[in-house]
Amino acid sequence: MNLTLFLLALFDGIAYAALVFIVAVGLTLIFGVMRILNVAHGSLYAVGAYLTASLTTFILSAGLPPILAFPCMLVSAILIGVVLGGPLEWLLLRRIYHKPEVLQLLVTFAIFMILEDVQRLIWGTQPIFQSTALQLMGNVRVFSVNYTVYQLIALPMVAIALLFGLRYFLRRTLSGKLILATTEDREAAQAIGIDADKVFLLTFIVGAGLAGLGGALASPTTSILPGIGADMIVLSFAVVATAGLGQIEGAALTALMIGLGRSFAVYVWPETQVLVPYVIMVAVLLVRPEGLFGSPSARKI
Amino acid sequence: MSIRILIPALLLILLALVPFGAPGLQVLLTLALAKGIAVMGVTVLLRSGQVSFGHALYFAIAAYGGAFTLMLMPGADVIVVFVLGIIAAVLSGIVVGLFVARYRFIFFAMLNLAFSMIFWSILEKFYHYTGGADGMRLPRPTIFWMELERGAYELVMFYLALALALGLGWFSIRWLDSPTGQLFRTIKTNETRLQYLGMSPQRVMLTGYVLSALLCGVGGIIMGLVQGVVTPEYAFWVRSGEMVFIAVLGGAGSVPGALVGAAIYEIVRTYASAFAGDIWQMVLGIFLLVIILFAPGGIAGIYNSLMDRIAGQKGEGE
Repeated sequence: MNLTLFLLALFDGIAYAALVFIVAVGLTLIFGVMRILNVAHGSLYAVGAYLTASLTTFILSAGLPPILAFPCMLVSAILIGVVLGGPLEWLLLRRIYHKPEVLQLLVTFAIFMILEDVQRLIWGTQPIFQSTALQLMGNVRVFSVNYTVYQLIALPMVAIALLFGLRYFLRRTLSGKLILATTEDREAAQAIGIDADKVFLLTFIVGAGLAGLGGALASPTTSILPGIGADMIVLSFAVVATAGLGQIEGAALTALMIGLGRSFAVYVWPETQVLVPYVIMVAVLLVRPEGLFGSPSARKI
Repeated sequence: MSIRILIPALLLILLALVPFGAPGLQVLLTLALAKGIAVMGVTVLLRSGQVSFGHALYFAIAAYGGAFTLMLMPGADVIVVFVLGIIAAVLSGIVVGLFVARYRFIFFAMLNLAFSMIFWSILEKFYHYTGGADGMRLPRPTIFWMELERGAYELVMFYLALALALGLGWFSIRWLDSPTGQLFRTIKTNETRLQYLGMSPQRVMLTGYVLSALLCGVGGIIMGLVQGVVTPEYAFWVRSGEMVFIAVLGGAGSVPGALVGAAIYEIVRTYASAFAGDIWQMVLGIFLLVIILFAPGGIAGIYNSLMDRIAGQKGEGE
């Protein structure tokens, strides 16, 4: 493997890790607060990607400046969070917090099934490709490698900003502290007057919005086709489980690990690229069942 | 005889007469029985409170095992194909089970999903061996070393599927009531207590897991032999989701419910796909939500409460 290929694999890995992290952090945030694994998270990612592509195409056809492709991403993310995420929590998930864990999984799985078909009904099965945002930012030359600015600089910057933003939000702001308190002990939090229902709703909207944002940011870099949601939920679960469920900083590190592992596999042994993330996850879970950064939970008898 | 036993017995007799009374339904019901046997595997797991989003894995492994057997040993008998396919499913069930039996709930569900996705992508990528997305053909094997015409072959497969469904269903019910089965169900109610009894929950879980892999494998090989072709779609998550759906529809944890659910599901799907083919997943998802929120007992639950009501009315009348 020469330097060019090495750099290409490295950059691919970083760009991919940034995207996966943005999606995975939403998943882990929702799990950390609500103790629910949102299987429909992958669909929210896919809908975010489709919505961004459609909005961008609409803007271009309306003759507006292409630079508006970037606000489109933010708009889609917010729409996903508020229009899809909000009602999901409010109408469905709220009914099942006290039910057995199996049923909670089944409910989010049912939402996943529904949303997969909704995508196909609205956007069809043909791949959609809309890379305006990618082209706008141009290329950068690092050593001997040409790479897009969007993937090499913009995506990792957004991911890092999100990581520190979330840290700051959860530890320093009042809303963040309320969320942490509810996570720690829901009953005690309610006893001191925290509206836990509102905290859950807010968390789910933010988490769903992050899935949408991941999809929005991914849309210029890849062709969007049915099935990307299923791939993404399994992959981001691998990231989240390897880090330990609910671990935000850990998710950043494992996203990088899995992203790099996957991109190097592409150049070394392409058939295995799908396997690498799971091999990493299985290897970590064999040694540490609670994930790299998770702590074993105390048993209640 | 009470009506509660009479209705299933009547249904069973009707089912056994299908090849003569309604030959058009025969292949459809063979496939439904195959799927029903596989769903029993998911049902067994539900009794321990666990759900797997990846059990189509064993369905596909057995079917591909059968396809490879027929490729390497042309003209192999149906018994050989069955045994080798099921051995493949059980062995992989043991290997994967050793790993996933340590996990519960979310991890259990998602790790199974991950394994099935891995297998699916192997099937798609290594097309030199597996035929990629086109899959592999399963030429019609001999039945007890006799070459059969298509009609006779399908008839034999129907009764084979029916016999296996009844036999394995009976076995699963007996197993769930056996001491090991009781321990297995304790994982749902109180796993810690199981440990205090000096039992290893992992080992108990593994036993149940291997049984579920076996049931899925039997379903898969029947499906492969009847359809004559196996594709990576057999291992896709949509297939696993379908199995979970049927298990919940039939009644979470009810073994007869799994078979009835599979039959109803297949029949509805065959006739509904004409006008709901594009939104089939959506229809399933909505139904799944409705069942979970409003009829958590599924078909078995509805049937039992209906029978209770009839029995109650009789009691009042006398």
